[in-house]
Amino acid sequence: MNVLLGLGGSDESVKTLRRTIDRTREVGDELTIVVVEKPESKRSQDEMYRQAVDALEEADITDVEVEKLDGDPGSALVNYAEQGDYDQLVIGGGTLSPMGKIQLGPITEFVLLNAPTTVKLVR
Amino acid sequence: MAGTRQYPDDPSGPFPSPPTTVEDRDGRSIEVRAAESFTGETLDDVVGMYTEFDPTDRAQGIPPTGEERIRTWLETIGDDSVNVVARHDGDAIAHAMLVPDTDDPAAVEHASDIEWELAIFVLQAYQRAGIGTVLLKNLLGHASDIGIERVWLTVERWNNPAIALYERVGFESTGTESFEQEMAIRLAGDGNGVTGDG
Repeated sequence: MNVLLGLGGSDESVKTLRRTIDRTREVGDELTIVVVEKPESKRSQDEMYRQAVDALEEADITDVEVEKLDGDPGSALVNYAEQGDYDQLVIGGGTLSPMGKIQLGPITEFVLLNAPTTVKLVR
Repeated sequence: MAGTRQYPDDPSGPFPSPPTTVEDRDGRSIEVRAAESFTGETLDDVVGMYTEFDPTDRAQGIPPTGEERIRTWLETIGDDSVNVVARHDGDAIAHAMLVPDTDDPAAVEHASDIEWELAIFVLQAYQRAGIGTVLLKNLLGHASDIGIERVWLTVERWNNPAIALYERVGFESTGTESFEQEMAIRLAGDGNGVTGDG
């Protein structure tokens, strides 16, 4: 399967990165990683980019392209997925509130409502 | 996340404080009490209530289903949470709670410094009888009594009856919304709640 992984800069993105790399190794998916521009998040776009490259190296996966996407995260991600030949777009599956409520942000909502591909939310 | 939410400038209230006993729209006598501690029998009763809860009314993943997962959920949030329980003939039939939005247990000592997340659940057979409104107001009254000033919640954006209820007591939209709408209320937090029936 040809998988596109979209990352922001949150802990949720780090978890999603780890899980997706594990899955890629298990089943031999083709993977492309894009890091969106989300100024309010914990890690900068550059930091997240480096973390993704390092994680791939650590997992000994060499044939994965990692790119930075500028502009509005949701639409940049959906555009990228639309231009390429992807079977699945993978993004973080939301955060938990103190109460334990699942919270999906506006980027997730935009992606779910606009992506032409299957979308996978990682929990 | 904490510290960035927009709260109304002015406090809402005053709200009634528990304990209180009211007659619901179906003529049932409903007793509302704050839980001294959320352990033992009170916890067991509330776990029992959630095992009866119809999962079609779940919101954003809570309550979980199955007694074990329900107990784990309530125990996890239970330590520092503020709980008000409504009962009919001794059985817990509605539960409202506030959970501190902090990872630091010591911070909970200063209730006014932190933000509290609210949730409320009413068993299906007791919905549309005015119990949710009474329970919500009494939770806010109790919260204000113990010094809590900032309360927030999220509600599914299409849940108009719930949003209308929250607006009636003073919650305002914070402007953060996607599938869920975030709302916030400011309380006086000065312990001047009105005691008695509400």
